[in-house]
Amino acid sequence: MASLLHAENISKSFGPIEVLHDVSLDLRAGEVHAVIGENGAGKSTLMRILSGHLSPTEGTLTLDGRPVRFAGPVDAEAQGIVLVHQEILLAEDLTVAENVYLGREMKRFGFVDDRAMREATRAVLAELGTGIDPDIHVRDLSIADRQLVQIARALLVPHRVVAFDEPTAVLTPIEAESLFTIIRKLRAQGVAVLYISHRLNEVKAIADRVTVLRDGRLVANRDIEGLEPLEMARLMVGRDMSKLYPEKPATSSDEIVLTVRHFSVPGHVEDASFALRRGEILGFGGLIGAGRTELFEGLLGLRPGQGSIALRGSSVRFKDAREAMAAGIVYLSEDRKGKGLLLQQNLRVNLTLAALEKFVRGAVVNKAAEEAALDSAIRDFDIRARRKDMLAGQLSGGNQQKLLLAKMMLADPQIVIIDEPTRGVDIGTKQQIYTFIATLAEQGRSVIVISSEMQELIGLCHRVLVMRNGTIAGEVADSNLSEDAIVFLATGVHEERAAKIAAGHA
Amino acid sequence: MTETALRSTSQPRRFSLDMRALSPFIALIVLMIAGALINPDFLTASNLLNVVTRSAFIAIIAVGATFVISGGGLDLSVGSMAALIAGAMILILNRAGGADASTLLLGMGAALVLGALCGLANGLIVTFGRIEPFIVTLGTMGIFRSLVIWLAAGGTITLRNADLRELYRPAYFGTVAGIPVPILVFLAAAAIGAILLYKTSFGRHVIAIGSNEDVARYSGVPIWRVRTLTYVIQGICVAIAVLVYVPRLGSATPTTGLLWELQAITAVVVGGTALRGGIGRIWGTVAGAVILELVANIMVLSNFVSEFLVGAVQGAIIIIAMLVQRSLQRGR
Repeated sequence: MASLLHAENISKSFGPIEVLHDVSLDLRAGEVHAVIGENGAGKSTLMRILSGHLSPTEGTLTLDGRPVRFAGPVDAEAQGIVLVHQEILLAEDLTVAENVYLGREMKRFGFVDDRAMREATRAVLAELGTGIDPDIHVRDLSIADRQLVQIARALLVPHRVVAFDEPTAVLTPIEAESLFTIIRKLRAQGVAVLYISHRLNEVKAIADRVTVLRDGRLVANRDIEGLEPLEMARLMVGRDMSKLYPEKPATSSDEIVLTVRHFSVPGHVEDASFALRRGEILGFGGLIGAGRTELFEGLLGLRPGQGSIALRGSSVRFKDAREAMAAGIVYLSEDRKGKGLLLQQNLRVNLTLAALEKFVRGAVVNKAAEEAALDSAIRDFDIRARRKDMLAGQLSGGNQQKLLLAKMMLADPQIVIIDEPTRGVDIGTKQQIYTFIATLAEQGRSVIVISSEMQELIGLCHRVLVMRNGTIAGEVADSNLSEDAIVFLATGVHEERAAKIAAGHA
Repeated sequence: MTETALRSTSQPRRFSLDMRALSPFIALIVLMIAGALINPDFLTASNLLNVVTRSAFIAIIAVGATFVISGGGLDLSVGSMAALIAGAMILILNRAGGADASTLLLGMGAALVLGALCGLANGLIVTFGRIEPFIVTLGTMGIFRSLVIWLAAGGTITLRNADLRELYRPAYFGTVAGIPVPILVFLAAAAIGAILLYKTSFGRHVIAIGSNEDVARYSGVPIWRVRTLTYVIQGICVAIAVLVYVPRLGSATPTTGLLWELQAITAVVVGGTALRGGIGRIWGTVAGAVILELVANIMVLSNFVSEFLVGAVQGAIIIIAMLVQRSLQRGR
């Protein structure tokens, strides 16, 4: 098939640093082309060059066989190349229709023609297979629906190339499945789809061809036929990834450290009860919005909740995170950038924030002790920082997660609750984080892992509790741990369909 | 787009951070040179000491404002609060009657307590009431201002006892080793402020809350206590400024402290503290307060612009300072 958009020997440097070196990519009409690589491999940079957000330092782009040079994203869009951003970029207080047409409103006699826009929006959304009301405010939509609106907005302009940047990062398996339907529909229309993702199973399910980047260089350009996720991971990381998960430590005891009975968080969680054992890694699965995060925020006093909590047999109730920490329980938020780290502050300030009193000598904070703690955190957690005085926001996702772990471990907790431990984390770092979690259990601590990645729960946890619609729907453990079982509990759909969804082929 | 893009921006950002910290001091030097060129009397020790002495009130208040603002808050009530504290202090001194040191100490103590209470009120309403600090302190600004007008029955509250006035006089007009007392007070306030903000866990918590309140909350920082304390510190700083201010004129009027909030916030912003919180610069604030007074002084000495327009120039300075901050951020 003829090449639609072709990138040849693209290099991109920012100042003295080259982030892309001699990368070529050939995008054909009617194909889904996945670009995979670890964080920092240059995927997003390549994507931004192809969509006109950046211009290459060297190399050429050709569209329909003619060399092109995009003046900017607007220019690229005019030529039919649209990018669906990873972040949701919508005005929450406007309606769906107003958002879809924001900046390109339909006019009638000089006034905004709301009716025409509403109808056109309804038509576009219907084409995407969703019945979202164009008059509803974006604020009232779920994340998945917001993404659909964003896609609708992108597809409004005549398009020949559509680029998706990690579109499923915030979606549940079922929502991702409807996105794939849309992508397949685009492909059937002869559109070239560029697809960036971390999730290799997904790539296997949706892509026709795969381009692998590592450290800004092109590693492979392969057809999906015969390319298995394990091999993709090996290409991305450059070493064998078959042992992603460590051996499950045989440390789960009968000694119960935490018992939660009939706990409710208004509007999110109803009557949740569970027990956590010493040395256990307990997973919490379920769809986004099932109330997992809210349950633990409620338990730790970060949001209002009622019910009984017993810590090693004695009844407790935490007013805020400080009290929970004092009792030996820490919670690592899934929202690392919004609730975990101070992105505008340096590593030292971030590291010691939760346990600052340990660094106070007399009345003042002992900077030397903090520096020493940072040195050992960088060593113990393998935090890759170019400079010790850099800001937390400048670290990559994986290193931010390691810093957050280091920060919370300074409080020397007995119970560690980690919400989405590997979200936005590259695969090499994932392995390190899994090993670290297993080590925590070996030390006799108890770990709760909340995750939307079913593989992760299965590979890591002794037991998995699955939540659905704010209640604990069931438990799977040991030999019963399978994606089918988790999806079944998480969705309540029939088991056969659950198996298909789990495999990414529904 | 994570690691890679950041790598490219690290150099310019480092540069602009330095600029942000240095710019108030550079501006100070530029103003000194400008002043010296305009009027030869400018660069005399007596003129400069005079300028710094006059800046002391605003500088002391602005040290407190640095805590509030770097913690993500705002206090518009400082000017009215100063007037209220001054009025109340003079009334107490008049009521107590005696012309001895103990009376004076009683009045000063009362001023400090009142300042702390005013700040506490602001802080508690902001935290427990969960109301925007802008609105809360706009409200208390009106309350404090009308209280002082009411106390003065629309007129002037004057320290009546001449002996007491004489006893109190050195607090503004006195010198120690040739340095005017207000300058010493203001340096002491700034030094204590710097230690508190940079060296203690309280200061770290202030910056954390200003940087991102959610992160602070999830890290177990006692948000309400820290935030309330920033307003209490602001109140105490206002009271300290009043202690130095009262002996200057010996009276409080309904216009005492008018627009001091503008000057204090300007000093803080000119000094490089981020208005959205998360960055606090005590010594920058000090430089900012001196800059404001230098500009006024140069206007008086130069005759380019009517000195009645001092307020307009100061208003322009805060806007320019914000524009500079914005462009430095964009350079990141």
